[in-house]
Amino acid sequence: MIALLLRDIRLAIRAGGGFGLGLAFFLILVVLVPFGVGPETQVLARIAPGILWVGAMLAALLTLDRLFALDFEDGALGLLALAPIPLETVAVAKAAAHWLTTGLPLAVAAPLLGLLLQLPSGAFVPLFVSLLVGTPALSMIGTFGAGLTVGVKRGGLLMSLLVLPLYAPTLIFGAEAVRRAADGLAYTTPLILLGAISLACIALLPFATAATLRINLR
Amino acid sequence: MLRVSDLSVARGGRRILSDLSFEVSAGEALILRGANGVGKTSLLRTLAGLQSPVSGQVEYAEDTAAYASHADGVKATLSVTENLAFWAQTYGGTLGPSVFKRFDLEDLRDRAAGTLSAGQKRRVGLARLAVLNRPLWLLDEPTVSLDRFSVKLFEDMLTADHLAKGGAAVIATHIDLDIPARTLDLDAFATDTPLDADTDEAFL
Repeated sequence: MIALLLRDIRLAIRAGGGFGLGLAFFLILVVLVPFGVGPETQVLARIAPGILWVGAMLAALLTLDRLFALDFEDGALGLLALAPIPLETVAVAKAAAHWLTTGLPLAVAAPLLGLLLQLPSGAFVPLFVSLLVGTPALSMIGTFGAGLTVGVKRGGLLMSLLVLPLYAPTLIFGAEAVRRAADGLAYTTPLILLGAISLACIALLPFATAATLRINLR
Repeated sequence: MLRVSDLSVARGGRRILSDLSFEVSAGEALILRGANGVGKTSLLRTLAGLQSPVSGQVEYAEDTAAYASHADGVKATLSVTENLAFWAQTYGGTLGPSVFKRFDLEDLRDRAAGTLSAGQKRRVGLARLAVLNRPLWLLDEPTVSLDRFSVKLFEDMLTADHLAKGGAAVIATHIDLDIPARTLDLDAFATDTPLDADTDEAFL
Protein backbone atom coordinates (compact mmCIF):
# COMPACT_ATOMS: atom_id res chain seq x y z
CA MET A 1 0.00 0.00 0.00
CA ILE A 2 2.86 2.33 0.87
CA ALA A 3 4.47 1.52 -2.49
CA LEU A 4 1.27 2.44 -4.33
CA LEU A 5 0.84 5.63 -2.29
CA LEU A 6 4.40 6.73 -2.99
CA ARG A 7 4.09 5.88 -6.68
CA ASP A 8 0.90 7.90 -7.03
CA ILE A 9 2.37 10.91 -5.25
CA ARG A 10 5.45 10.64 -7.47
CA LEU A 11 3.28 10.43 -10.59
CA ALA A 12 1.26 13.44 -9.43
CA ILE A 13 4.33 15.58 -8.89
CA ARG A 14 6.08 14.67 -12.15
CA ALA A 15 5.26 16.41 -15.42
CA GLY A 16 1.63 16.16 -16.44
CA GLY A 17 0.64 14.68 -13.10
CA GLY A 18 -1.80 17.43 -12.24
CA PHE A 19 -0.25 18.47 -8.94
CA GLY A 20 -0.74 22.23 -8.57
CA LEU A 21 -3.57 22.17 -11.10
CA GLY A 22 -6.22 22.17 -8.39
CA LEU A 23 -4.31 24.74 -6.39
CA ALA A 24 -3.96 27.08 -9.37
CA PHE A 25 -7.65 26.66 -10.19
CA PHE A 26 -8.57 27.50 -6.60
CA LEU A 27 -6.40 30.62 -6.69
CA ILE A 28 -7.85 31.88 -9.98
CA LEU A 29 -11.42 31.22 -8.89
CA VAL A 30 -10.97 33.15 -5.65
CA VAL A 31 -9.20 36.03 -7.41
CA LEU A 32 -12.00 36.27 -9.98
CA VAL A 33 -14.83 36.43 -7.44
CA PRO A 34 -14.25 40.11 -6.44
CA PHE A 35 -14.42 41.03 -10.15
CA GLY A 36 -17.80 39.39 -10.31
CA VAL A 37 -19.41 40.67 -7.14
CA GLY A 38 -17.68 44.01 -6.73
CA PRO A 39 -15.07 45.20 -4.27
CA GLU A 40 -17.23 46.07 -1.22
CA THR A 41 -15.51 44.48 1.73
CA GLN A 42 -18.72 43.71 3.61
CA VAL A 43 -20.21 41.74 0.72
CA LEU A 44 -16.96 39.85 0.19
CA ALA A 45 -16.58 39.01 3.87
CA ARG A 46 -20.13 37.67 3.90
CA ILE A 47 -19.71 35.34 0.96
CA ALA A 48 -16.06 34.39 1.61
CA PRO A 49 -16.75 31.14 3.60
CA GLY A 50 -19.05 29.79 0.89
CA ILE A 51 -16.81 30.82 -2.00
CA LEU A 52 -13.74 29.31 -0.38
CA TRP A 53 -15.47 26.02 0.30
CA VAL A 54 -17.09 25.78 -3.15
CA GLY A 55 -13.74 26.65 -4.72
CA ALA A 56 -11.91 23.98 -2.74
CA MET A 57 -14.57 21.45 -3.65
CA LEU A 58 -14.35 22.16 -7.38
CA ALA A 59 -10.56 22.17 -7.25
CA ALA A 60 -10.60 18.73 -5.61
CA LEU A 61 -12.84 17.52 -8.42
CA LEU A 62 -10.40 18.55 -11.16
CA THR A 63 -7.84 15.78 -10.76
CA LEU A 64 -10.27 13.01 -9.86
CA ASP A 65 -11.03 11.67 -13.32
CA ARG A 66 -7.44 10.54 -13.84
CA LEU A 67 -7.38 8.65 -10.55
CA PHE A 68 -8.21 5.24 -12.02
CA ALA A 69 -8.62 6.09 -15.72
CA LEU A 70 -4.88 6.27 -16.46
CA ASP A 71 -4.17 3.01 -14.65
CA PHE A 72 -7.09 1.41 -16.45
CA GLU A 73 -5.86 2.47 -19.89
CA ASP A 74 -2.29 1.23 -19.50
CA GLY A 75 -3.30 -2.04 -17.86
CA ALA A 76 -1.86 -1.22 -14.45
CA LEU A 77 -5.28 -1.44 -12.77
CA GLY A 78 -5.76 -5.04 -13.88
CA LEU A 79 -2.29 -5.90 -12.60
CA LEU A 80 -3.06 -4.18 -9.30
CA ALA A 81 -6.27 -6.20 -9.03
CA LEU A 82 -4.22 -9.40 -9.36
CA ALA A 83 -1.59 -8.27 -6.86
CA PRO A 84 -1.73 -9.78 -3.36
CA ILE A 85 -3.12 -6.52 -1.95
CA PRO A 86 -6.93 -6.23 -1.78
CA LEU A 87 -8.67 -3.71 -4.04
CA GLU A 88 -10.05 -2.02 -0.92
CA THR A 89 -6.48 -1.14 0.01
CA VAL A 90 -5.84 0.09 -3.52
CA ALA A 91 -8.86 2.41 -3.16
CA VAL A 92 -7.63 3.76 0.18
CA ALA A 93 -4.11 4.31 -1.17
CA LYS A 94 -5.48 6.14 -4.23
CA ALA A 95 -7.71 8.36 -2.09
CA ALA A 96 -4.86 9.07 0.32
CA ALA A 97 -2.53 10.04 -2.53
CA HIS A 98 -5.25 12.31 -3.94
CA TRP A 99 -5.77 13.94 -0.56
CA LEU A 100 -2.05 14.49 0.02
CA THR A 101 -1.57 16.09 -3.41
CA THR A 102 -4.87 18.03 -3.52
CA GLY A 103 -6.79 18.32 -0.24
CA LEU A 104 -3.86 19.11 2.01
CA PRO A 105 -2.37 21.86 -0.23
CA LEU A 106 -5.86 23.37 -0.59
CA ALA A 107 -6.31 23.49 3.18
CA VAL A 108 -2.93 25.15 3.60
CA ALA A 109 -3.54 27.71 0.85
CA ALA A 110 -7.13 28.57 1.80
CA PRO A 111 -6.39 31.01 4.69
CA LEU A 112 -4.10 33.03 2.38
CA LEU A 113 -6.88 33.26 -0.16
CA GLY A 114 -9.29 34.13 2.66
CA LEU A 115 -7.23 37.26 3.06
CA LEU A 116 -8.07 38.24 -0.53
CA LEU A 117 -11.78 37.84 0.21
CA GLN A 118 -11.70 39.90 3.42
CA LEU A 119 -12.46 36.87 5.57
CA PRO A 120 -12.41 38.00 9.25
CA SER A 121 -9.13 37.00 10.84
CA GLY A 122 -10.91 34.94 13.50
CA ALA A 123 -12.07 32.53 10.79
CA PHE A 124 -8.63 31.67 9.37
CA VAL A 125 -7.93 28.80 11.75
CA PRO A 126 -11.47 27.36 11.49
CA LEU A 127 -11.20 27.54 7.69
CA PHE A 128 -7.94 25.61 7.74
CA VAL A 129 -9.27 23.05 10.23
CA SER A 130 -12.58 22.58 8.41
CA LEU A 131 -10.80 21.93 5.11
CA LEU A 132 -8.33 19.62 6.83
CA VAL A 133 -11.23 17.63 8.30
CA GLY A 134 -13.53 17.84 5.28
CA THR A 135 -11.27 17.24 2.27
CA PRO A 136 -10.64 13.54 3.10
CA ALA A 137 -14.36 13.01 2.52
CA LEU A 138 -14.08 14.83 -0.84
CA SER A 139 -11.16 12.58 -1.88
CA MET A 140 -12.87 9.39 -0.75
CA ILE A 141 -16.23 10.17 -2.38
CA GLY A 142 -14.36 11.22 -5.51
CA THR A 143 -12.42 7.96 -5.55
CA PHE A 144 -15.72 6.11 -5.46
CA GLY A 145 -17.01 8.20 -8.38
CA ALA A 146 -13.80 7.59 -10.32
CA GLY A 147 -14.12 3.86 -9.72
CA LEU A 148 -17.71 3.92 -10.90
CA THR A 149 -16.86 5.58 -14.23
CA VAL A 150 -13.47 3.98 -14.88
CA GLY A 151 -14.50 1.96 -17.92
CA VAL A 152 -16.37 4.84 -19.53
CA LYS A 153 -14.62 6.73 -22.31
CA ARG A 154 -14.38 10.40 -21.37
CA GLY A 155 -16.12 9.60 -18.11
CA GLY A 156 -14.85 12.73 -16.35
CA LEU A 157 -18.02 14.73 -16.91
CA LEU A 158 -20.27 11.85 -15.91
CA MET A 159 -18.17 11.43 -12.81
CA SER A 160 -18.62 15.10 -11.89
CA LEU A 161 -22.38 14.74 -12.24
CA LEU A 162 -22.36 11.71 -9.97
CA VAL A 163 -19.95 13.09 -7.40
CA LEU A 164 -21.08 16.71 -6.95
CA PRO A 165 -24.47 15.88 -5.35
CA LEU A 166 -22.66 13.54 -2.96
CA TYR A 167 -20.44 16.45 -1.94
CA ALA A 168 -23.43 18.44 -0.64
CA PRO A 169 -23.32 17.39 3.05
CA THR A 170 -19.58 18.02 3.27
CA LEU A 171 -20.02 21.45 1.70
CA ILE A 172 -22.93 22.38 3.97
CA PHE A 173 -21.16 21.59 7.22
CA GLY A 174 -17.76 22.83 6.06
CA ALA A 175 -19.02 26.23 4.94
CA GLU A 176 -21.28 26.45 8.00
CA ALA A 177 -18.33 26.01 10.36
CA VAL A 178 -16.40 28.82 8.65
CA ARG A 179 -19.45 31.11 8.47
CA ARG A 180 -20.10 30.71 12.18
CA ALA A 181 -16.48 31.41 12.99
CA ALA A 182 -16.60 34.53 10.80
CA ASP A 183 -19.66 35.73 12.74
CA GLY A 184 -17.93 35.04 16.04
CA LEU A 185 -20.18 32.12 16.96
CA ALA A 186 -19.27 28.66 18.27
CA TYR A 187 -18.37 26.39 15.35
CA THR A 188 -17.58 23.05 16.99
CA THR A 189 -20.90 21.36 16.11
CA PRO A 190 -20.61 21.63 12.30
CA LEU A 191 -16.94 20.72 12.59
CA ILE A 192 -17.78 17.53 14.50
CA LEU A 193 -20.44 16.61 11.97
CA LEU A 194 -17.94 17.26 9.18
CA GLY A 195 -15.50 14.92 10.90
CA ALA A 196 -18.24 12.31 11.18
CA ILE A 197 -18.89 12.53 7.41
CA SER A 198 -15.19 12.08 6.66
CA LEU A 199 -14.83 9.12 9.00
CA ALA A 200 -17.94 7.43 7.62
CA CYS A 201 -16.66 7.90 4.06
CA ILE A 202 -13.25 6.46 4.93
CA ALA A 203 -14.87 3.51 6.70
CA LEU A 204 -17.44 2.56 4.06
CA LEU A 205 -16.46 3.81 0.63
CA PRO A 206 -13.30 1.73 0.09
CA PHE A 207 -15.54 -1.35 -0.06
CA ALA A 208 -17.94 0.31 -2.50
CA THR A 209 -15.01 1.50 -4.63
CA ALA A 210 -13.48 -1.98 -4.73
CA ALA A 211 -16.83 -3.41 -5.81
CA THR A 212 -17.15 -0.91 -8.67
CA LEU A 213 -13.60 -1.69 -9.79
CA ARG A 214 -14.31 -5.43 -9.80
CA ILE A 215 -17.35 -4.87 -12.02
CA ASN A 216 -15.54 -2.52 -14.38
CA LEU A 217 -12.50 -4.77 -14.78
CA ARG A 218 -14.57 -7.75 -15.81
CA MET B 1 0.37 -26.37 -11.36
CA LEU B 2 -2.61 -25.28 -13.41
CA ARG B 3 -5.68 -27.39 -14.03
CA VAL B 4 -8.56 -26.28 -16.22
CA SER B 5 -11.67 -28.42 -16.42
CA ASP B 6 -14.75 -28.02 -18.66
CA LEU B 7 -14.14 -24.30 -18.89
CA SER B 8 -16.46 -22.03 -20.86
CA VAL B 9 -15.49 -18.44 -21.55
CA ALA B 10 -17.75 -15.59 -22.63
CA ARG B 11 -17.13 -12.20 -24.11
CA GLY B 12 -19.70 -9.52 -24.80
CA GLY B 13 -22.61 -11.72 -23.70
CA ARG B 14 -21.72 -14.62 -26.02
CA ARG B 15 -20.04 -17.88 -25.15
CA ILE B 16 -16.95 -18.10 -27.32
CA LEU B 17 -15.04 -21.09 -25.92
CA SER B 18 -16.55 -24.15 -24.35
CA ASP B 19 -15.59 -27.47 -22.76
CA LEU B 20 -11.96 -26.59 -22.51
CA SER B 21 -9.84 -28.90 -20.32
CA PHE B 22 -6.09 -28.97 -19.97
CA GLU B 23 -3.31 -29.18 -17.42
CA VAL B 24 0.02 -27.47 -17.18
CA SER B 25 2.56 -28.85 -14.73
CA ALA B 26 5.77 -27.38 -13.37
CA GLY B 27 8.45 -26.85 -15.98
CA GLU B 28 5.98 -26.94 -18.83
CA ALA B 29 4.87 -24.34 -21.33
CA LEU B 30 1.60 -24.36 -23.23
CA ILE B 31 1.17 -22.32 -26.38
CA LEU B 32 -2.32 -21.17 -27.30
CA ARG B 33 -3.06 -20.88 -30.99
CA GLY B 34 -6.12 -19.74 -32.81
CA ALA B 35 -7.45 -17.20 -35.27
CA ASN B 36 -7.96 -13.58 -34.26
CA GLY B 37 -10.98 -13.24 -32.03
CA VAL B 38 -11.16 -16.90 -31.09
CA GLY B 39 -10.80 -15.98 -27.42
CA LYS B 40 -7.13 -16.27 -26.50
CA THR B 41 -7.14 -13.04 -24.51
CA SER B 42 -10.48 -13.83 -22.88
CA LEU B 43 -9.17 -17.26 -21.87
CA LEU B 44 -6.01 -15.78 -20.36
CA ARG B 45 -8.04 -13.12 -18.52
CA THR B 46 -10.25 -15.89 -17.14
CA LEU B 47 -7.21 -17.90 -16.06
CA ALA B 48 -5.77 -14.81 -14.38
CA GLY B 49 -9.04 -14.17 -12.56
CA LEU B 50 -9.87 -10.84 -14.21
CA GLN B 51 -13.10 -12.27 -15.55
CA SER B 52 -15.17 -15.11 -14.18
CA PRO B 53 -15.76 -18.30 -16.15
CA VAL B 54 -19.28 -19.06 -17.42
CA SER B 55 -18.86 -22.63 -16.25
CA GLY B 56 -16.07 -24.99 -15.30
CA GLN B 57 -13.07 -24.60 -13.03
CA VAL B 58 -9.67 -23.01 -13.06
CA GLU B 59 -7.46 -24.36 -10.31
CA TYR B 60 -4.05 -23.21 -9.15
CA ALA B 61 -2.59 -22.25 -5.80
CA GLU B 62 -3.40 -18.73 -4.68
CA ASP B 63 -0.91 -15.99 -5.56
CA THR B 64 1.10 -18.09 -7.96
CA ALA B 65 0.06 -16.54 -11.28
CA ALA B 66 1.46 -13.49 -13.04
CA TYR B 67 -0.47 -12.07 -15.98
CA ALA B 68 0.95 -9.94 -18.79
CA SER B 69 -1.48 -8.43 -21.26
CA HIS B 70 -1.00 -6.23 -24.33
CA ALA B 71 -0.80 -3.29 -21.92
CA ASP B 72 2.27 -3.40 -19.72
CA GLY B 73 1.16 -0.99 -17.02
CA VAL B 74 4.41 0.93 -17.54
CA LYS B 75 4.18 4.55 -16.35
CA ALA B 76 5.66 7.07 -18.77
CA THR B 77 6.94 9.53 -16.17
CA LEU B 78 8.62 6.96 -13.95
CA SER B 79 12.06 5.60 -14.73
CA VAL B 80 12.55 1.96 -15.71
CA THR B 81 13.91 1.15 -12.25
CA GLU B 82 11.03 2.91 -10.50
CA ASN B 83 8.50 1.04 -12.61
CA LEU B 84 10.02 -2.35 -11.87
CA ALA B 85 10.61 -1.58 -8.20
CA PHE B 86 6.95 -0.65 -7.79
CA TRP B 87 5.70 -3.98 -9.17
CA ALA B 88 8.29 -5.90 -7.17
CA GLN B 89 7.05 -4.21 -4.00
CA THR B 90 3.33 -4.67 -4.64
CA TYR B 91 3.75 -8.34 -5.52
CA GLY B 92 6.30 -9.02 -2.79
CA GLY B 93 9.00 -9.91 -5.31
CA THR B 94 12.60 -8.85 -5.60
CA LEU B 95 14.35 -6.52 -8.02
CA GLY B 96 17.95 -7.59 -8.47
CA PRO B 97 20.58 -6.29 -10.91
CA SER B 98 20.40 -9.51 -12.92
CA VAL B 99 16.97 -8.52 -14.26
CA PHE B 100 18.39 -5.51 -16.10
CA LYS B 101 21.12 -7.68 -17.59
CA ARG B 102 18.68 -10.40 -18.63
CA PHE B 103 16.52 -8.02 -20.63
CA ASP B 104 19.30 -5.80 -21.92
CA LEU B 105 17.98 -2.82 -19.95
CA GLU B 106 21.19 -1.84 -18.17
CA ASP B 107 21.69 1.35 -20.17
CA LEU B 108 18.04 2.30 -19.85
CA ARG B 109 17.76 1.94 -16.08
CA ASP B 110 17.27 5.63 -15.28
CA ARG B 111 15.46 6.63 -18.45
CA ALA B 112 11.85 7.74 -18.12
CA ALA B 113 9.75 4.93 -19.54
CA GLY B 114 7.89 7.41 -21.75
CA THR B 115 11.03 7.98 -23.82
CA LEU B 116 11.49 4.29 -24.63
CA SER B 117 10.60 2.73 -27.95
CA ALA B 118 7.71 0.27 -28.18
CA GLY B 119 10.07 -2.71 -28.14
CA GLN B 120 12.07 -1.39 -25.20
CA LYS B 121 8.84 -0.74 -23.31
CA ARG B 122 7.78 -4.29 -24.04
CA ARG B 123 11.07 -5.53 -22.60
CA VAL B 124 10.35 -3.59 -19.41
CA GLY B 125 6.92 -5.24 -19.34
CA LEU B 126 8.54 -8.67 -19.63
CA ALA B 127 11.16 -7.78 -17.03
CA ARG B 128 8.22 -7.04 -14.73
CA LEU B 129 7.31 -10.74 -14.89
CA ALA B 130 10.78 -11.70 -13.75
CA VAL B 131 10.65 -9.50 -10.63
CA LEU B 132 7.28 -10.79 -9.44
CA ASN B 133 8.55 -14.17 -8.25
CA ARG B 134 5.52 -16.04 -9.48
CA PRO B 135 5.80 -19.57 -10.89
CA LEU B 136 2.86 -19.51 -13.31
CA TRP B 137 3.04 -17.01 -16.17
CA LEU B 138 0.03 -16.15 -18.30
CA LEU B 139 1.34 -14.28 -21.31
CA ASP B 140 -0.75 -12.57 -23.96
CA GLU B 141 1.29 -11.97 -27.13
CA PRO B 142 4.56 -11.42 -25.26
CA THR B 143 6.63 -10.84 -28.39
CA VAL B 144 4.61 -8.03 -29.97
CA SER B 145 6.94 -5.24 -31.18
CA LEU B 146 10.09 -7.12 -30.16
CA ASP B 147 12.92 -7.47 -32.68
CA ARG B 148 14.48 -10.86 -33.39
CA PHE B 149 17.29 -10.30 -30.90
CA SER B 150 14.84 -9.49 -28.12
CA VAL B 151 12.64 -12.46 -28.98
CA LYS B 152 15.76 -14.61 -28.57
CA LEU B 153 16.43 -12.95 -25.19
CA PHE B 154 12.88 -13.74 -24.16
CA GLU B 155 13.09 -17.37 -25.32
CA ASP B 156 16.36 -17.90 -23.44
CA MET B 157 15.01 -16.30 -20.31
CA LEU B 158 11.80 -18.31 -20.45
CA THR B 159 13.59 -21.63 -20.95
CA ALA B 160 16.65 -21.18 -18.75
CA ASP B 161 15.37 -18.94 -15.94
CA HIS B 162 11.72 -19.83 -15.68
CA LEU B 163 10.84 -23.29 -16.99
CA ALA B 164 14.09 -24.92 -15.92
CA LYS B 165 13.52 -23.68 -12.38
CA GLY B 166 10.11 -25.27 -12.11
CA GLY B 167 7.99 -22.46 -13.50
CA ALA B 168 5.15 -22.89 -15.96
CA ALA B 169 3.72 -20.68 -18.68
CA VAL B 170 0.62 -20.35 -20.82
CA ILE B 171 1.39 -18.24 -23.87
CA ALA B 172 -0.87 -16.90 -26.57
CA THR B 173 1.21 -16.11 -29.61
CA HIS B 174 1.20 -16.08 -33.40
CA ILE B 175 4.92 -16.50 -33.99
CA ASP B 176 6.89 -19.72 -33.60
CA LEU B 177 8.76 -19.49 -30.33
CA ASP B 178 11.85 -21.61 -30.02
CA ILE B 179 10.95 -23.13 -26.67
CA PRO B 180 9.96 -26.66 -25.61
CA ALA B 181 6.20 -26.42 -25.45
CA ARG B 182 2.93 -28.14 -26.17
CA THR B 183 0.46 -26.43 -28.43
CA LEU B 184 -3.28 -26.10 -27.87
CA ASP B 185 -5.38 -25.05 -30.83
CA LEU B 186 -8.37 -23.10 -29.58
CA ASP B 187 -10.20 -23.20 -32.90
CA ALA B 188 -11.43 -26.68 -31.96
CA PHE B 189 -13.20 -25.32 -28.88
CA ALA B 190 -14.73 -22.24 -30.46
CA THR B 191 -18.47 -21.71 -30.27
CA ASP B 192 -20.70 -18.72 -30.69
CA THR B 193 -23.85 -19.04 -28.63
CA PRO B 194 -25.66 -16.34 -26.69
CA LEU B 195 -25.65 -16.75 -22.93
CA ASP B 196 -28.79 -17.39 -20.89
CA ALA B 197 -30.40 -14.09 -20.10
CA ASP B 198 -30.17 -14.56 -16.35
CA THR B 199 -26.39 -14.71 -16.11
CA ASP B 200 -24.40 -11.77 -14.91
CA GLU B 201 -22.28 -11.59 -18.04
CA ALA B 202 -25.32 -11.43 -20.31
CA PHE B 203 -26.71 -8.60 -18.23
CA LEU B 204 -23.53 -6.60 -18.56
